[in-house]
Amino acid sequence: MTLSPRALLLTSALLAPLPLAAAELNLYTSREPKLVEPLLTAFTAETGITVTTVFLKDGLAERVAAEGAASPADVLMAVDAGNMADLAAKGLTQAIDSEAVLAAVPKELRDPENQWVALSMRARVVYAAKDLGLSAITYEELADPKWAGKICIRSGQHPYNTGLFAAYLAHHGTAATETWLTGLKANLARKPGGGDRDGAKDILGGICDIAVANSYYVGLMRTNEKEPEQKAWGEAITVLLPTFKDGGTHVNISGAAIAKHAPHKAEAVQLLEYLTSDAAQKLYAEANFEYPVKAGAELSPIVAGFGPLSVDPLPLTEVVKARKEASALVDKVGFDN
Amino acid sequence: MAVTDLNPRLPGRLRTRPLMGGGSPWLWAAGGIAALVLAPVAALLWQAAQGSNGLWNHLWAYVLAPALGQTALLLAGVGLVVTVLGTALAWLVAAHAFPGRRLLDWALLLPLAVPSYIIAFVYLEVTHPLGPLQDGLRALLGYTSPREFRLPDIRSLPGAIFLLGLVLYPYVYLPVRAMFAMQAAGLLEAGRMLGCTRRGLLWRLALPLARPAIAAGASLALMETLNDIGAAEFLGVRTLTVSIYATWVTRSDLPGAAQIALVMLAVVAALVALERFARRRQRFAGGAQRMRPLVPVRLTGLRGWAALGLGLVPVLLGFGVPLAWLLSEAVTRIAETGISAQLRAEMRATLLLATAATVAVVAGGLVVALTARLCPGGPGAVIGRLASLGYAMPGTVVALGVLVPVGALDRLLDAGARAVLGQGTGLVLIGSGLALGYAYLVRFLAIAVGGCESGLAQIPSSLDQAARSLGHGPAASLRRLHLPLLRPALIAAALLVFVDTMKELSATLLLRPLGVETLATHLYGEAARGSHEDGAIAGLAIVAVGILPVIALSRLAQRRGI
Repeated sequence: MTLSPRALLLTSALLAPLPLAAAELNLYTSREPKLVEPLLTAFTAETGITVTTVFLKDGLAERVAAEGAASPADVLMAVDAGNMADLAAKGLTQAIDSEAVLAAVPKELRDPENQWVALSMRARVVYAAKDLGLSAITYEELADPKWAGKICIRSGQHPYNTGLFAAYLAHHGTAATETWLTGLKANLARKPGGGDRDGAKDILGGICDIAVANSYYVGLMRTNEKEPEQKAWGEAITVLLPTFKDGGTHVNISGAAIAKHAPHKAEAVQLLEYLTSDAAQKLYAEANFEYPVKAGAELSPIVAGFGPLSVDPLPLTEVVKARKEASALVDKVGFDN
Repeated sequence: MAVTDLNPRLPGRLRTRPLMGGGSPWLWAAGGIAALVLAPVAALLWQAAQGSNGLWNHLWAYVLAPALGQTALLLAGVGLVVTVLGTALAWLVAAHAFPGRRLLDWALLLPLAVPSYIIAFVYLEVTHPLGPLQDGLRALLGYTSPREFRLPDIRSLPGAIFLLGLVLYPYVYLPVRAMFAMQAAGLLEAGRMLGCTRRGLLWRLALPLARPAIAAGASLALMETLNDIGAAEFLGVRTLTVSIYATWVTRSDLPGAAQIALVMLAVVAALVALERFARRRQRFAGGAQRMRPLVPVRLTGLRGWAALGLGLVPVLLGFGVPLAWLLSEAVTRIAETGISAQLRAEMRATLLLATAATVAVVAGGLVVALTARLCPGGPGAVIGRLASLGYAMPGTVVALGVLVPVGALDRLLDAGARAVLGQGTGLVLIGSGLALGYAYLVRFLAIAVGGCESGLAQIPSSLDQAARSLGHGPAASLRRLHLPLLRPALIAAALLVFVDTMKELSATLLLRPLGVETLATHLYGEAARGSHEDGAIAGLAIVAVGILPVIALSRLAQRRGI
C-alpha cells in the first residue's frame, strides 16, 4: 500500500511506548469504561499505579489471542459468566494465586481453577409500571398470556438474556424452555431491542407494562443528575425480584482475570486485590448499584429497597454450559424476528 | 435500450488496447494492493475451515429464511429509496435553475455526515412517546398520557428503510449529479435538436446514461446497509450481519461466524458481478470536446420555490433533525463542563486517522483503477474487482480478518527482535495504528476504486491514444492527462472515504491501539452504558467534522464546474 508522509508521521506519533515503567497496568475490558472508572481512579490514588484502558465491545478474546505473548494486556474484564468462562477456555488467563482475592470471593462466584473471579453481581429483574400494583412475579409467569402485548425486553441474543434463558433451561429442560420462550415472545409489546433502560422508559412511554432488565440500572436512572429525565423513568417503575418456581433470582456477574502473558503481573494482582477489598466493594454497591460479591459488604439503599435477594442456587457453571443451547432456542422460536 | 443502440455511433467509444505487458510495475502494485485486501479473506477462510458442529443445520432450519427475508426487504427498500431520491435530486439540481439551487447543490450532501447509528438513535429519541414529536402531538390533540395516544414504534423494518435511505441517498446523488453535469450536456442537446421532449430526454437519455453511476452509488449504499450493525441493532432489524454476530459473540463460534460471513461475501460478489454483466456492453464516454456543463432549465415563480422546498425535505430530515437534536443536547453539556481535553484529543486522533487513511485509500484506489484501464479485460480488471471485495464485508468481519495475519506478524516481529536484540518490540503494527489503517484500506478501497473507475470512464480513450501517440508513457499520461481530468472524481472519492473512515465504528473498536479513542468509539462507549448526554458532544463533533469536507469539497467541485 502507498504510505504518505502524513501516514508515516501518524504512525510514529501513535507508536505505543513499550511497557517498561513499573507502576502501570493495561486493562482490556468489554465493560463500559465509565462504570469502572471511579474504581480505577481510586486504585491509582491508593497505589500510584496508572491504568491504561482499552474498551473492546466484542472480540476481547480474539484480540488478546492474536496479540499472543507480545500482548500488553494485564487484566481482562468482562460482564457475563459465559464471557469469563470463554476467556479461560481459550487459554488466555492464568490462575489467580492471591489469598486475599480468593478469600474475598466465594467459591461459587469464581472459576473452579481460579482462572477468573466475579467482582460484582447483578440480578435479572422485572420492572413493573407503578400503577400496576404488582408485588411479585416468577420467571415462569412471564409467558402467561395475561401479559400479551405488555412486555418489553432487549434482544434475546444479548448475554444478559441468554444467561437468563440458560438458567431457565437448566431448571426446566429444553422442551419447557422452548414453550416458555414462545409464550414470552407472544407477550412482547414491541420488537426486542434497545437497552435495559429502555424498558423503564417504554413503561413510562406507555408502550409496555413490565420489562425484563438488570437491577443496577434502576439506581443509575434514579440518581442520574446529568440526565434528569432518566429519574422519571426510574421513578415510574417498581422493581420485582422474580424467582424460578423451584429456585431463586437469576444473577449474573461482572468479572476479571489476569492475562496469561501479563507483563505487569504483580500490579494485576494488586488491582484484583483492590477490587475485592471492602472499599472497592462498597464502591461497586454505592456508585454502580450492583450487588457486592464480598460477604458483609453493604448494599446501596435503593438496591436494598428491592427487598431481600435470594440468589438462585443453580451454579453459574451450569448456566454457562446451557447458554449455547439457549441461544439456539432464541433463534428457533424466532424471538428477535 | 436506446443508448445501447446508439452506442456504436458514439465517436469516442472505448476500444482500448492493452497498453502494457504483464510485467508492468502498475500491475504489480495493483496486484499487491489486491493481495492486501484478500489477506483478511484468506484469514476468514482459514477460520471457517476450523469447522463448526451442526451450525448450518440450525441456520437452515431457523435462521436463514427470516434473516434472508428481512435482509432482502431491507435492501430492496433502501435501494429503492436511495435510487429514486438520489437520482431525482441529482436531476433537479443538475438540470434546473431555481432560487437556492447553489445552496441545495451541496446541502443535499449533508446527510452523508450523519452515521446511520446516530440517525437511528436520534429518531428513536425524537419519535419516542416521551420525545418532542409525540409530546407536541399530544398537546395538540388534547391527550395527557401516552397511554391514551401514541404513534407506532419506529423500531421496525419500514423505520429502518426510511432512516437508512435518508443518510445513504447521497451515495447515489453525488455520482449521478456529477454524471449529469459533466457528461450529459452534449447528448441531451443532440436529443433536444432531434425533437425529443423533456420527459423523453430524462427517460430515454439521461437515466440510461446515468445507469452506471446509479448502479455504482446504489451498490455502495446497499453494502453500507448490509454491513450496518449499529442502526439495525437500535431498530431491531434481524439481518444476516446480526446473525453473524449472534453466532460469534453469543455462541462463541468464530468459525461459524466466518462461514456465514464468507457465504454473504460470495452472495454480494455474485450480485455485483451480475450487475456488471448486465451492463457489460454499455460504455458511455462522450467526445472530448463535449465535456461542458449542462445548460439548466429555469424554473421561475412558484415552481422554483417548490423545487427548493422539495429539495430541502431530505436535507431537513436526514441532517436538520439529527443536528438540531444533537445541538440541543450538547449545548447544555458544553455550557456546564466545556469540551474536555479528552474529547479534544479524540478529535485529533480521529482527524489524523481519517486523513492518513484517506490518502492511502485514494492512492491505492487510483493505482488499481488506472491499472484496470491500462490493461482492460486482462488481470487489471480482475484485480479491480478483487480489491473491492472488502466493502462487502462488515467492519467487524474485516477487523477479525485483519487481526489474525497482523497479529501473527506482530508476534513474529516481537519474537525476532527478542532473539536478535534481546528486547521485544511489543505490538508494532497493532500498537501503531497501522493495523487499523490496514482495516480501513480493506474496508473502503472499493469506494476509491469505484470513484476512480467511473471518473476514468468519463475520459474518452481517444485522449489516452493521443497521449500515447505524443510519446507519453502511463506515468506521464497519468500526471498530465488523467489526474487533472480525474480531479472531480478523486475529490468525490476522497470525501466519501474520509467521512466513512471518520464514522467507522466496529473495526475501530477492535483494532485501535491501547489508549487511543476516536469520536465514534467514545460515542459508542457512552451509548453502551445508556448515557447519551456526553455522547451528544462526540456525535455532534462527528457530524461537524463530517460537514467540513462536504462543504469544502463540494465548493471546490462547484468552482470546477461540475
